[in-house]
Amino acid sequence: MSTTVSRPDTEGGPPGGTGRRRPTLKSVLVWTAVAVVGAVAWTVLALARGETVSALWMLFAALASYAIAYRFYARFIAHRALRVDDRRATPAERLHNGVDFDVTDRRVLFGHHFAAIAGAGPLVGPVLAAQMGYLPGTIWIVVGVIFAGAVQDMVVLFFSMRRNGKSLGQMVREEIGIVGGVAALIAVFAIMILILAVLALIVVNALAESPWGVFSIALTIPIALFMGVYLRVLRPGRVLEATAIGVVLLLLAIVGGGWIDNTGLADALTLSKEWLVLALVVYGFVASVLPVWLLLTPRDYLSTFMKVGVIVLLAVGLLIARPVLQADALTQFAREGTGPVFAGSLFPFVFITIACGALSGFHALISSGTTPKMVAKESQVRLIGYGGMLMESFVAISALIAAVVIDQGLYFAMNAPAGVTGGTPETAAAFVNGLGFPTSAQDLAAASAAVQEPSLISRTGGAPTLAVGISEIFHNAFGGNLQAFWYHFAIMFEALFILTAVDAGTRVGRFMLQDTIGNVWKKFGDLSWRPGNVIASAVVVGLWGSMLYIGVTDPLGGVNQLFPLFGIANQLLAAIALTLCTVLLVKHGKLKYAWITAVPLAWDLVVTMTASWQKVFSDNPAIGYFAQRNRYATALDAGEVLAPAQDVGQMQQVVTNSTINGVLQAFFALLVVVVFFNALVVIAKAIRARGPLPTTEEPAVPSRIVEPSGLFATAEEKQAIAEHERLVGAGARGRGTFTEEGPTR
Amino acid sequence: MTADVAGPVRSAAVRAWRGVRWYLREWSGEARWDDYLEHCAAHGHRPVSRREFERRRADERERTPVSRCC
Repeated sequence: MSTTVSRPDTEGGPPGGTGRRRPTLKSVLVWTAVAVVGAVAWTVLALARGETVSALWMLFAALASYAIAYRFYARFIAHRALRVDDRRATPAERLHNGVDFDVTDRRVLFGHHFAAIAGAGPLVGPVLAAQMGYLPGTIWIVVGVIFAGAVQDMVVLFFSMRRNGKSLGQMVREEIGIVGGVAALIAVFAIMILILAVLALIVVNALAESPWGVFSIALTIPIALFMGVYLRVLRPGRVLEATAIGVVLLLLAIVGGGWIDNTGLADALTLSKEWLVLALVVYGFVASVLPVWLLLTPRDYLSTFMKVGVIVLLAVGLLIARPVLQADALTQFAREGTGPVFAGSLFPFVFITIACGALSGFHALISSGTTPKMVAKESQVRLIGYGGMLMESFVAISALIAAVVIDQGLYFAMNAPAGVTGGTPETAAAFVNGLGFPTSAQDLAAASAAVQEPSLISRTGGAPTLAVGISEIFHNAFGGNLQAFWYHFAIMFEALFILTAVDAGTRVGRFMLQDTIGNVWKKFGDLSWRPGNVIASAVVVGLWGSMLYIGVTDPLGGVNQLFPLFGIANQLLAAIALTLCTVLLVKHGKLKYAWITAVPLAWDLVVTMTASWQKVFSDNPAIGYFAQRNRYATALDAGEVLAPAQDVGQMQQVVTNSTINGVLQAFFALLVVVVFFNALVVIAKAIRARGPLPTTEEPAVPSRIVEPSGLFATAEEKQAIAEHERLVGAGARGRGTFTEEGPTR
Repeated sequence: MTADVAGPVRSAAVRAWRGVRWYLREWSGEARWDDYLEHCAAHGHRPVSRREFERRRADERERTPVSRCC
């Protein structure tokens, strides 16, 4: 969609892509139509009360908004504020080594980047937030991504690219200061541990007491090992072949799970949550010390293909099934803050429950990791950074739709913790009726029978709910009597890429730990030193494993207790990233444009600090961790047992867990406050200097390659490429050196 | 007459298939082998075996962790 082309090796003229042209009549008509569709869709969603509303309105509202934001706002940021310059060589071109620095086709890099940022987050958060109704979630996912999430991803990608792909922590240290740098480093590590624990918790909740799920997921390990051996020994490098075999085996594993359901094996595979924690911890440790080619790489191929496949299938399924929204636009829980899924009022808790999909700090780690080293042209940050995040937001909208088109009685029976539903269809039906949603014990039993699960009551964590939604949509769209298959298909797809995220995250955590401790103990920092690897892996797995255990055994419900902490932590990381972006805009002398990241930063700080404050200081025990602690500690002293705890041991557990959660919450918020105040000092200095301050940006080097900027090459771009190739000769766009991969004798 | 219709349709299908194939090979890294062979041919180097080539790429991956987000 971008229309400007700049040529390398030419001096003068406007920097790449700041020129303006009069829009053509066709373009005006097309964009007016998009705006009208969007406006109509939003109006329907906002004004509908009581009548049946098609879920497609949510899809159209989102897509029209994304298109307009990408066309106008992202372009404005890239070309006006950041002033991307295609005459400047990117690190991929300057430092090309064929390994990590590598000029990559923009569409291929978009695929890599999207696969790295999208995971379970955008699927789970919206499902939980659906307890507030469909409207708050939809608005936040769309508005949040346009003005915060996608902006963060693109701007971090740009600044990291201008610094040879430096990491977020490194940039904070060098551009803000050592205090902020250390705080950011600790925050990144701690937040990563917490994220891994919560992701693993979602898998445990999805697989507990589900022999079918356990069977299929367990088989993914031998399937991945087989693919690893295939790629290493049998037919090296034939990734597509190996992946195709893997996907077929995976589908067989899901079908096979249905067969074992009625055999003796089913009892052996009916695992309690505690056993699953142990299995996951052992698995995580082994996976992080095994060579990557054996397990991690093949698993990553499988999970990415499954992920993209399901997302595409879901979009198609939605268009065919055209489900109707079952949830209200706004439920009573949004107003009263007494929802059973997570406690707290709409503000601030919708905005932290939906993190990925609207604004995710974790993406800043990826936008400042591998991606910036592979960008071919500066202007492509718009497609890869902003566009990639829009795509993730679309996934979040699809997940929200899946949660709000299922029967809402079932939704609340599935997502309220076992402490309040009682765990049986009868007690759960009574509880849900008490909330004001019609359902019956028979309805709930029939729902679990339809997907061949022993029970769907209190299957918290979002994954089972999403799987029910997906299975209903696919069942209605594609026919056949396959609802149970689709349910386990969806569970498998979520568990598969959560496990991949856990593997990869454990490894990244291990590298970070070895790197950090390596500053004081050199030997430990040596990545080829085996004992160091094993110790660091054990520490990382031990940390997230114990958090996971706390969550799984929490009498108040691990998801209910930990998910807010996870969401706040992720948004706090975003606050660090947006702070860095704002500081850099000011230091580069672009105070005029600092609002682009300062406004989302202000919003994010208000949300996270309010939420942190409430989680720490609220005197409502349902919200404040310490109020909860006091309530249970006082009762314990008086010799009472408070529901949902059932004995003294559980009472003590609640006291301990609330204390840990409260301390962690306060600690995270404090780290961000440190980074923020350190940044304010730097910003004040930069404003007083009345001009750009020195930064660690690499000096400009002229580029020698020509590549299109947007997804599709424009006519001018094609012409420019042809002309360039004619001048420099064929193969000018081809890759150069292979120093690391092949001998250059 | 059918040929008139089938021709463009077939060529569009072939183009689409080629595009998908190209994308998947690039995305999965399979195409790097072709690039390497091309590079060797252009510079007159004798290429190493595919097994050796893929082993080096895998070992490289061992040193650079890949993040997967939530």
